Amino acid sequence: MEPILKGRNLVKRYGKVTALDSCDFDLMPGEILAVIGDNGAGKSTLIKTISGAVIPDAGSIYIEGKEVKFTSPIQARAHGIETVYQTLAMSPALSIADNMFMGREIKKEGFMGTIFRQLDRKKMETLAREKLTELGLMTIQNINQAVETLSGGQRQGVAVARAAAFGSKVIILDEPTAALGVKESRKVLELIQDVKARGIPIILISHNMPHVFEVADRIHIHRLGKRLCVIDPKDYTMSDAVAFMTGAKEPPSEAVAA
Amino acid sequence: MADAQDYEKLATSNAQTVAQFADDDRGFVGRLQHRLHLTPSLVPLIVLVLAIIVFGILLGSKFFSPFALTLILQQVAIVGIVGAAQSLVILTAGIDLSVGAIMVLSSVVMGQFTFRYGLPVEVAVACGLLCGTLCGFINGWLVAVMKLPPFIVTLGMWQIILATNFLYSANETIRSQEIATEAPLLQFFGTTLTIGADEAGRGGANFTYGVIFLVALVLALTYVLRETAWGRHVYAVGDDPDAAELSGVRVKRTLISVYMLSGLICAFAGWALIGRIGSVSPTSGQLANIESITAVVIGGISLFGGRGSVLGMLFGALIVGVFTLGLRLLGADAQWTYLLIGLLIIAAVAVDQWIRRVSN
Repeated sequence: MEPILKGRNLVKRYGKVTALDSCDFDLMPGEILAVIGDNGAGKSTLIKTISGAVIPDAGSIYIEGKEVKFTSPIQARAHGIETVYQTLAMSPALSIADNMFMGREIKKEGFMGTIFRQLDRKKMETLAREKLTELGLMTIQNINQAVETLSGGQRQGVAVARAAAFGSKVIILDEPTAALGVKESRKVLELIQDVKARGIPIILISHNMPHVFEVADRIHIHRLGKRLCVIDPKDYTMSDAVAFMTGAKEPPSEAVAA
Repeated sequence: MADAQDYEKLATSNAQTVAQFADDDRGFVGRLQHRLHLTPSLVPLIVLVLAIIVFGILLGSKFFSPFALTLILQQVAIVGIVGAAQSLVILTAGIDLSVGAIMVLSSVVMGQFTFRYGLPVEVAVACGLLCGTLCGFINGWLVAVMKLPPFIVTLGMWQIILATNFLYSANETIRSQEIATEAPLLQFFGTTLTIGADEAGRGGANFTYGVIFLVALVLALTYVLRETAWGRHVYAVGDDPDAAELSGVRVKRTLISVYMLSGLICAFAGWALIGRIGSVSPTSGQLANIESITAVVIGGISLFGGRGSVLGMLFGALIVGVFTLGLRLLGADAQWTYLLIGLLIIAAVAVDQWIRRVSN
């Protein structure tokens, strides 16, 4: 089966620091792929090369077999790759609806939209509200409240809702449950399953092993800037995964080949 | 399982009650803070209305007449227009020290192109507007593409543009009568509409086209900033440029367009300046950059970017105008005006910091 998203020999250096060392990457259609690794293993850099936020020094990225070169997140988004960054990438002073539609605002139909370029606030607010309701973020009372007035978990929820609403090919979630309470984490995990049920593959970066083992179909273990191995969570335990990731245990040879 | 669900239901209803208690506890001050957080231009509006009332009581009809009140408008027209340009730049967390210089150079280009080269006045005006936009583009390019700090870029451009202005104009003033007879279009913004003057033509409300342009400009910018995608992007870039970039805003393009628009507005201010003083003088408008920053700050626009409105800037400029005229009519030393404006600037920034605390 052809991977929907494929990376080959990706290299990225920051001065003398090598963040990605000829790294390969494969995402199969419809799967949830977890990416785990120690701090500084290069997970974030890998994800950013795929989402267009970092331009790799070498190597290539393929979507559905076709090579693509992203020089900005906007291009990756145009290809249907949507990312929830750890920093969430939201403008604190702007409203939830403004943030959800940032960079892809809906204009009013007809004369006011084409000539005066007026935004269709009502439509954007209704859609934003729908997406939040799907996620069960009912504690947000006012869709027009500034993002800075939300709690950390609510902000994360809005960011995830934004990605889920617009991602058509791949959704990348960088530590989506790190700031969330138990209930909100559960909602995000449910959402991940929902999105998968719609046939959209997900890349999940997380340090939370129970969450990873609960939802992932395959686990990409990242170590020292490259893919160490890919394992099936059904065949290994969490402590195995941690041992591979920290270098305490050699990875199984058949998983390295995969 | 049923227990667990009951438990969760209970938890949600509890959370909501707690939220409401917290709401009530904030009291009047808390609610005011929230209100101001939503509409930052409310503070300068309140100050403006209070100032008008106080001076109205102290001075009576001398101040509270259509003539005096519209005089204030005429006096703030130039600062207001430049302030609108400054507002745009400050909303992106930048600052433009070169606004006054761009304004003067543009007015000199309009004048010299007409009188030195004998170009049709319409063409000369268009060249002046183009000149302002070009200066803005250079600022924007240095800030967005070269990633230089706006303060440094515009400090340098201020000197460069001002020197260019003096070198090019040879420090030569074009006199008012010449303009009035040969190229009246240059004084277009000085044209006055008078409503309700007495038979001798005194008193009444006087609106110059410059004033009308200022109001129209502020309303147009308010609409653009609030209702269009570009406007939202300006705020997002000022708020957090990295986040804006990641969420799909073309940050460089937005920044350059902001500086270009700012330059264009400054050029219009230059045109309005000719209308205001009658002549084209390369030495005029030297304080416009500081005065525009004052109007912006008193108007409640945050120097850290992303917060505030152009309407607030207009109120800020008017507050300065009201104080200036009011104190002069009271016969006070002009230094009192500066002293009070200094206090207002500091108070405005203090209020800005207080309002921001609503989020913590």
